[in-house]
Amino acid sequence: MSRQLKFNIFRFNPEDPNSEPHTDTFMLEETPSLTLFIALNKIREEQDPSLMFDFACRMAICGSCGMVINGRPGLACKTLTVELPQEITLMPLPVFKLVGDLSVDTGTWFRATNTKIESWIHTDQEFDPEAIEERMENDLANSIFELERCIECGCCLASCGTANMRDDFVGAFALNRISRFIMDPRDKRTDPEYFDVVGTDQGIFGCMGLLACEDVCPREIPLQDQLGILRRKMAFQGLKNIFKPKEKGRHRRF
Amino acid sequence: MEHETFYTDLLCVGAGLAGERVAIAAASAGFDAILLSLVPARRSHSCAAEGGMQAALGNCAMGEGDSPDVHFADTVKGSDWGCDQECARIFADTAPVAVREAANWGMPWNRVVAGKAKYWKGGEEFEAEEKKDKHGLITARAFGGTAKWRTCYTADGTGHTLLYTLDNKVTQLGVRVHDRVEAVSLLHDGANCIGCVARDLKTGKLRVYLAKATLIATGGYGRLYSETTNTVINDGGGHIIALDTGLVPFGNPEAVQFHPTGVVPTNILVTEGCRGDGGTLLDVDEKRFMDIYEPAKAELASRDVVSRWMMYHIAQGKGVPSPYGDHLWLDIRHLGAHHITTKLREVYDLCRHFLGVDPINQLIPVRPAQHYSMGGVRTNSDGAAYGLKGLFSCGESACWDMHGFNRLGGNSLAETIVAGRYVGMKVVEFLQGAEVTLKSSMAEQGLASMSERIDRLVNRADGAENVYAIKDAMQLVMMEKVGIFRNGTDLQAAVDALREIYAKAKKIGLRSSGIGANPELALALKMPGMVRLAICVAYGALMRTESRGCHARDDYQARNDRDWLNRTLAYWRDLDADLPDLQYEPSTKVMYMPPGDRGYGKTEIIPMDAPKED
Repeated sequence: MSRQLKFNIFRFNPEDPNSEPHTDTFMLEETPSLTLFIALNKIREEQDPSLMFDFACRMAICGSCGMVINGRPGLACKTLTVELPQEITLMPLPVFKLVGDLSVDTGTWFRATNTKIESWIHTDQEFDPEAIEERMENDLANSIFELERCIECGCCLASCGTANMRDDFVGAFALNRISRFIMDPRDKRTDPEYFDVVGTDQGIFGCMGLLACEDVCPREIPLQDQLGILRRKMAFQGLKNIFKPKEKGRHRRF
Repeated sequence: MEHETFYTDLLCVGAGLAGERVAIAAASAGFDAILLSLVPARRSHSCAAEGGMQAALGNCAMGEGDSPDVHFADTVKGSDWGCDQECARIFADTAPVAVREAANWGMPWNRVVAGKAKYWKGGEEFEAEEKKDKHGLITARAFGGTAKWRTCYTADGTGHTLLYTLDNKVTQLGVRVHDRVEAVSLLHDGANCIGCVARDLKTGKLRVYLAKATLIATGGYGRLYSETTNTVINDGGGHIIALDTGLVPFGNPEAVQFHPTGVVPTNILVTEGCRGDGGTLLDVDEKRFMDIYEPAKAELASRDVVSRWMMYHIAQGKGVPSPYGDHLWLDIRHLGAHHITTKLREVYDLCRHFLGVDPINQLIPVRPAQHYSMGGVRTNSDGAAYGLKGLFSCGESACWDMHGFNRLGGNSLAETIVAGRYVGMKVVEFLQGAEVTLKSSMAEQGLASMSERIDRLVNRADGAENVYAIKDAMQLVMMEKVGIFRNGTDLQAAVDALREIYAKAKKIGLRSSGIGANPELALALKMPGMVRLAICVAYGALMRTESRGCHARDDYQARNDRDWLNRTLAYWRDLDADLPDLQYEPSTKVMYMPPGDRGYGKTEIIPMDAPKED
């Protein structure tokens, strides 16, 4: 006998003046290899066509479908119902602006934060189409890729104590991103410049060390290590700044 | 009507790699650009490209002696001589520059490690010496249908990493990205394209974009099929708005590729890199079979050829029975834990999470699934669409057309930033000479008619057909009758069925309110257009009475260069009609490489100069 799954789903349509936040319940028969991607689409197509949620790749590489699944942020597409109890409660990710039901606006948040931390290679080197590429050790390329694997799904922020209390905290996502650039010799920023970006309370010193971010990261990125390394590096830079005050106008601000 | 209007020089519909690369070109030249995207840009389908992009750098041992000439020849053979050879030439020449440029922007390409290295080919291990003087340069892996190892990669997350690299550049340049905005119709005066009407998918409100140049870079139309590796947003949205003008043709709609290794049952892709790195295909007896059908290339023949042999082998009773139908096995166990958990890490993860299979010790169930759209918005070699000035297209959405009737693995990711770089340059030239005055009044009619369409859907003015039932019916017809093996009877039945589905699609009525970010309305707005695209694919396939590349007709098995060395151009001039007008043009204006044998995939060929039959 297959299970009759009971879905409790948060509902609210901010564009509809008659809509109030509430929970709707849907029943669905469990089929083999059922994922939340298949289940939610079935509910939408067969029971309630207005149900809002986000999926794109449905293979855990695009980061669209972050939601709170029985109290824990995760990617819905890679969640098999067989791993869950019969009653499944789905809520939208906190921290991000609600679009409706389970859909949140992660795009605006991540673009603003990537702009704030200047998430790009800082270099004066012009590209020369005639020249061969600069050499790099393969191990280094692999190490950069390890951190570059983040898919900006937002689960780390949804699980973060600081991010839930303060909307100016850049979160594990951005600190990991900065670690990626620190590691990359093509980015010419110096430690004092990185310090200006993340050596603050909105950056690494806002982290309370609860480390739920690492627990929920669907990409299994070693966030705990990266946060630790970055904290030591930035604390050391902070000490250096005390003994050698910044020259006026030398550092970039955001 | 109250609405927002945005003015810009370049409007890119689609913010995957192709759209972003063209926007970067325009912004770098000092022009204003806006990117529209159905999803946050970094969630575009470009991120799903795993294995890599082809560029003839020739740095790794197995790539030695490679050059753009060899890459060009592989691409033309791969296309089964269906491609535009001028574009294939531009592409092969530009690819190395585009790869290095991406490195300059931060792309962590994998690099050559000097010394002896062990590789696998067809289940056999062999050794190669990576040269000292190449140490640290960009390396490459093998992909199907190539004479040399040419596919540059970052593990098996190449598309993801490249997309993030380009989006970083977009962020740096301050290009405006309007995500969760869908272009729903193009604005034009019969000669010039001047932007689009769009729907804000966060609020449901309509808005207007007026632009001197508009680019369609919306990816493929895989979601016309029920079993596809494509992301849910690859629904042909860009093709629909172009075709709906009645002026812009859909080039080679019937050119649809099936990838050999979709996993069963979810159709998630496992990269061709698995076979490139030495993985093999096994049947129910756990025996290889590709080496029997294709002695030279075996598992690494082109995708159309491997997919066909797989289906043929299953038809011979050699498939593995499962509740989801017969399938075959992909075996990468011999590559070992280290290789699988580093160079094929995404494959490792998705097998465990979605299948409960550990590919280090277990076989992966695979079957061909729809994968790539070679057809698309027909453009010239500058990326300028036929039929409307100021309209461009680039990437998978375009029929530029470097892929003809079959795309090589590693050539699609490459096309996005290679064609993007080239077309970007041409768009900049166009903008430098553009003398368009944009007035908000130009959008009034387009806006009013879209608004009326929405009202009719919400009020069920035309009927109460269920949009999801129509989508399912269309996808099933396409899968069953316009798939890997095609024949006249099935294709005619498909066209007939799709015409009936189209009649219903015009009578859709919403079951929900349609207020706000309503998903039913979003689908209902594009459903008739999707069925029109499906009819173009089925009808184009029915009329093409030959076999070429991925278009394999049981009733016309020969490649017919005498009558069909051409490209289909499907026009939909009248929305009340239920069939497109098909025209044809020669496949290529310049013929660097006359039609010949591909060296894999046995086919009879009717030569160009064969006498006509009566």
